[in-house]
Amino acid sequence: MLLSEESYRKIEKELAKFPATKKRSAAIAALTIAQDEKGWLSPEVMQEIADYLGVPAVAIEEVATFYSMFNTRPVGKYKIAVCCNLPCEMTGSDQTAQYLKEKLNIGFGETTPDGLFTLVESECMGACGDGPVILVNNKNMYMRMSKDKIDKLLEELK
Amino acid sequence: MTCLHGRHTEPVLFRELTGDNWTLADYMTRGGYGQIRRILDGRMPAERIVAEVRAAGLRGRGGAGFPTAVKWGFMPKAHAGQTYLICNADESEPGTFKDRDILRYNPHAVIEGMLIAAYAMGITAGYVYVHGEIWSVYERFEEAIGQAREAGFIGKNLMGSGFDFELHAVHGYGAYICGEETALLESMEGKRGQPRFKPPFPAANGLYGQPTTINNVETLAYVPFIMAMGGNHWAALGREGCPGTKIFSLSGDVVFPGNYEVPLGISFAELLALAGGVKGGRKVKAVIPGGSSSPVLRGETMLRLNMDYDSIAKAGSMLGTGGVIVLDETRCMVKSLLNLSRFYRNESCGQCTPCREGTGWLVKLIERIERGDGKPDDLDLLDSVASNIQGRTICALGDAAAMPIRSFLKCFRQEFEYHVEHKQCPVASGGQA
Ligand SMILES: NC(=O)C1=CN([C@@H]2O[C@H](COP(=O)(O)OP(=O)(O)OC[C@H]3O[C@@H](n4cnc5c(N)ncnc54)[C@H](O)[C@@H]3O)[C@@H](O)[C@H]2O)C=CC1
Ligand SMILES: Cc1cc2nc3c(=O)[nH]c(=O)nc-3n(C[C@H](O)[C@H](O)[C@H](O)COP(=O)(O)O)c2cc1C
Ligand code: SF4
Ligand code: FES
Repeated sequence: MLLSEESYRKIEKELAKFPATKKRSAAIAALTIAQDEKGWLSPEVMQEIADYLGVPAVAIEEVATFYSMFNTRPVGKYKIAVCCNLPCEMTGSDQTAQYLKEKLNIGFGETTPDGLFTLVESECMGACGDGPVILVNNKNMYMRMSKDKIDKLLEELK
Repeated sequence: MTCLHGRHTEPVLFRELTGDNWTLADYMTRGGYGQIRRILDGRMPAERIVAEVRAAGLRGRGGAGFPTAVKWGFMPKAHAGQTYLICNADESEPGTFKDRDILRYNPHAVIEGMLIAAYAMGITAGYVYVHGEIWSVYERFEEAIGQAREAGFIGKNLMGSGFDFELHAVHGYGAYICGEETALLESMEGKRGQPRFKPPFPAANGLYGQPTTINNVETLAYVPFIMAMGGNHWAALGREGCPGTKIFSLSGDVVFPGNYEVPLGISFAELLALAGGVKGGRKVKAVIPGGSSSPVLRGETMLRLNMDYDSIAKAGSMLGTGGVIVLDETRCMVKSLLNLSRFYRNESCGQCTPCREGTGWLVKLIERIERGDGKPDDLDLLDSVASNIQGRTICALGDAAAMPIRSFLKCFRQEFEYHVEHKQCPVASGGQA
């Protein structure tokens, strides 16, 4: 058992949403649950999900690499994604990204040496009226980011 | 009549919403679930529902504007296997953020809309596919489904009518293309989100190969209101013969970015005024009227137009999703186009060569022009790469990547030429575009 009991319980709940013969449909949900627990999707974790859903490992790998919110390599404790699309850019997401890069002293796709933060560039999150928008660990959205708000957020996360 | 930010005109879907009153109890105080109850209690014939939706003139709000009643009519009347209804909540087209507000502020309207649509098409299983990035909205929607199930609006033999409807929410995880309906189906089957060839349309071959109807959040959420007030009455809420109300998402250089539910056919000038006008009292230079994939129009053109499908189409663009991006006179059109093009390059699913390769070339060319290394032939080259993508791909993402290019070049050619000739931006250097 690679994942916690709680994670398997959650996966079962997702499986119940689909016809019994369509377990593969729970792939995205199961990978999300596994990633929430492990931080990233190692080959072992992907194999485990594949076995659990009864599909070939390659099918799960394909999904994990296609959807951009999956981490197929280790990331920091906090993954910060900055939306860089036009409406967000118009509200200053360039500066948001620049400020984060300076404060964390890393570029996009990099992780701080203490393993705390990873910074990534992201596409539209469907919240374009509230830019600049950032998403922490795929789940927590922060909006209308200013330097002050970034300072406060990083302080809270540390 | 105020709601949320208090600047709507005649809201239907957003009426009386405060941001907190989203629960089942709140929805029922607003008359919610009254329509599905009336339909089930009276065993209303399915044709009557479709007739109301037809009278309402409701068109798909996912961007293509396909008449909803016609689409429902494509579902087979008798089918031995399971059929499905899917609500497309994968909204992620830059500039579009209406579905998120509907889902979090009025989730039960979506659920009741799905119940009515499912009843009308004889469907017993439904899914809502939510964009992965709006996780808290997904969680709230799950909660709303739980409330509806507990109250007996989801499940078997609803209200003793013999009608069954099972509904679940599922989520994507960071792929814009999964909003394309057939990519969404692939994703729901646990695969990469790569669009299928159409035809066959989902109504013939959808989820697990079964007949499926896919509708946008806003499309479905209007259904209970149409049933409540009658299709003709809802249609009359629009201006100059344009049926009903529509939610526009305003972003970019406006004072109050946000969602505005207004009569369809309202003038752009009025809509802009609702959002407080252009920031700093500046001039509107350009408007992308229907989400990032709709062709850009010049500000002065937009100021003469009404916000409805035909007016915007006649002017050479599309109403699309109603995601209105406003650019003021200080914006550089080359830089803006570069941003849009990067989005399409990053989100191409890679299946078709023209889209996969073409979107990469487009970005390289615009980068070069923006850097000041553009060559005089580059503008024609850009246009020809774009025209070689358009119409040659499996799904509409290829067109969506090409249309901004061609329209930016058409409406703002001089500004692109200036970048090539002077190796700098006319806006930044104070020149004339
Ligand atoms: N909401 C968003 O985030 C985004 C929306 N879009 C919009 O999507 C639009 C393109 O969407 P598509 O689905 O490719 O358009 P489409 O024109 O192929 O289809 C529109 C709808 O009508 C149905 N349909 C059309 N002809 C049919 C027929 N003969 N038989 C049965 N069903 C039929 C389709 O199944 C579909 O549901 C663009 O215009 C764009 O505005 C694009 C990107 C993102
Ligand atoms: C690249 C691409 C992305 C799309 N994304 C969405 C989306 O996020 N939400 C949506 O409702 N429709 C989206 N669509 C349109 C859908 O394919 C489909 O037309 C729509 O969901 C049908 O619902 P409607 O008839 O209620 O508009 C997209 C289309 C394309 C080509
Ligand atoms: S047009 Fe682009 S996104 Fe659509 S199927 Fe082809 S490669 Fe994929
Ligand atoms: S452009 Fe950033 S959320 Fe849409």
